[in-house]
Amino acid sequence: MSTQSNLERVLTSGAFAVTSECGPPRGADPEVVKKKGGFLSGYADCVNVTDNQTSVVRMSSFSACLVLKGMGLDPVMQMVCRDRNRIAIQSDILGAAALGINNLLCLSGDHQRFGDHPTAKNVFDIDSIQLIQTVKQMRDEGKFISGEEIKGRPNIFIGCAENPFADPFEIRALRLAKKAAAGAQFVQTQCVFNVEKFEKWMEMVRDLGVHEKMYILAGITPMKSIGMARYMKNSVPGMDVPEEQIERLKGVPKEKVAEEGIKIAVETIERVRAIKGVAGIHIMAIEWEDRVSEIVKAAGLYPRP
Amino acid sequence: MIVANRKPFEEIIEMLKPYSKILLLGCNECVTVCATGGSKEVAVLASEIRMYRQKEGKPVEIREVTLERNCDPEYVESLKPFIHDYEVVLSMACGCGIQFVGEHYRDRLVLPAVNTTFDGVTEEHGVWAERCQGCGNCVLDRTLGICPVTRCAKSIFNGPCGGSQGGTCEVNKETPCAWQLIVDRYKEMNMLDRYLEIQPMKDWSTSRDGGPRKRVREDLKI
Repeated sequence: MSTQSNLERVLTSGAFAVTSECGPPRGADPEVVKKKGGFLSGYADCVNVTDNQTSVVRMSSFSACLVLKGMGLDPVMQMVCRDRNRIAIQSDILGAAALGINNLLCLSGDHQRFGDHPTAKNVFDIDSIQLIQTVKQMRDEGKFISGEEIKGRPNIFIGCAENPFADPFEIRALRLAKKAAAGAQFVQTQCVFNVEKFEKWMEMVRDLGVHEKMYILAGITPMKSIGMARYMKNSVPGMDVPEEQIERLKGVPKEKVAEEGIKIAVETIERVRAIKGVAGIHIMAIEWEDRVSEIVKAAGLYPRP
Repeated sequence: MIVANRKPFEEIIEMLKPYSKILLLGCNECVTVCATGGSKEVAVLASEIRMYRQKEGKPVEIREVTLERNCDPEYVESLKPFIHDYEVVLSMACGCGIQFVGEHYRDRLVLPAVNTTFDGVTEEHGVWAERCQGCGNCVLDRTLGICPVTRCAKSIFNGPCGGSQGGTCEVNKETPCAWQLIVDRYKEMNMLDRYLEIQPMKDWSTSRDGGPRKRVREDLKI
């Protein structure tokens, strides 16, 4: 064990990890974060805080992480390359580590075109893989990108994301291998709806031996409604929602759709858990954090180690 | 070539409001090839302005001139004998030409009639697309002829990002994913193992991030 990360502790112990996510509010009220954190407390080994996801301005991941930290949770600060150059990135990494944030998830970031400020200029000075390298170099070599020495290394557990459902499919496992080689220690995947495709991807991941180099957490998102399922299928880039899942939600009475969504999520957890090389799950219950405890319990993953 | 689009007519008319004697300038180079600011387009715009202003009861005098190039002093200087007969210059040249003419005639404003967009190619008749951002440090050897800086919406060097689907970019379904193209090319050339190399961070100092750029060849100076 090299960091103070609770997630790292759980993963290295060999336990099946459960992580979850908290989307920060579009305002300055910390109570919103506290409320969401309260729902997740005791049910997730760590809580990701998204970084202006879908390029919509929200409370900074850094600040919301500190709010969660204050509640005794272990936050994962998500960091995108869209809004920061290498100067700001390294500065934020030092700041996060100084204030006890133990985990960083390295992302390229959604293009600003999707957000509420499509006229913004983007940065993309470095990409997600180079961001992983940066954190690793800062932590392990005590050096900035420039090569200059860091006084007080940031002790961070390094994570990344990968989308097994994006194209070209054949390089998606190779890309994860690149991330592992760059220094990522865990990956949280895009939401898994198409389990068969995920299984195929995992097979390719295992063939490359990547599951032995990093911990793989499968992304789980419960569907709240048929509208949400359709939106995910048709409007979110890189999302693979099989038609039969939408049909299944359509097949139950309106008031039971949410329950069915939760049921599908729990079944998906059981299925991915059985796949060799899957070390945990990452529950992204979008604006539905209050149902995470129910999912974790139903999946037999409560109490947490 | 440098590709440009004509500005909306209303915007051009608004800019010209205070003026009644206009020198309308075109260019025989890139903007002619991309059918935006050659002599043909100059003639069309001049007619449109004349007709509009006539209808408004504020007629204008327009002289149409298309220079061989707007980015070379020898051609720009050819405006000298008559430029001062006009209150303002409206230029259909690219942003370089617009500025360069202005630099030569400091007592005249040069107004843009086009929006300069990108360095690109003619993909097919009537279709132009961006290929180069002039980053000053070419990587096309590593990406087998497809520029990630220009053609990836996020300019990422270790793509494709999670938004690549069906060969297209998440930003626009009409835009091919640069990294899909690069991966296809690796496969085509039997070089897919190259994909595993982590591409290093780019030195952007040779790009516009290092400030406006200049190239000097002492041996060519007169």
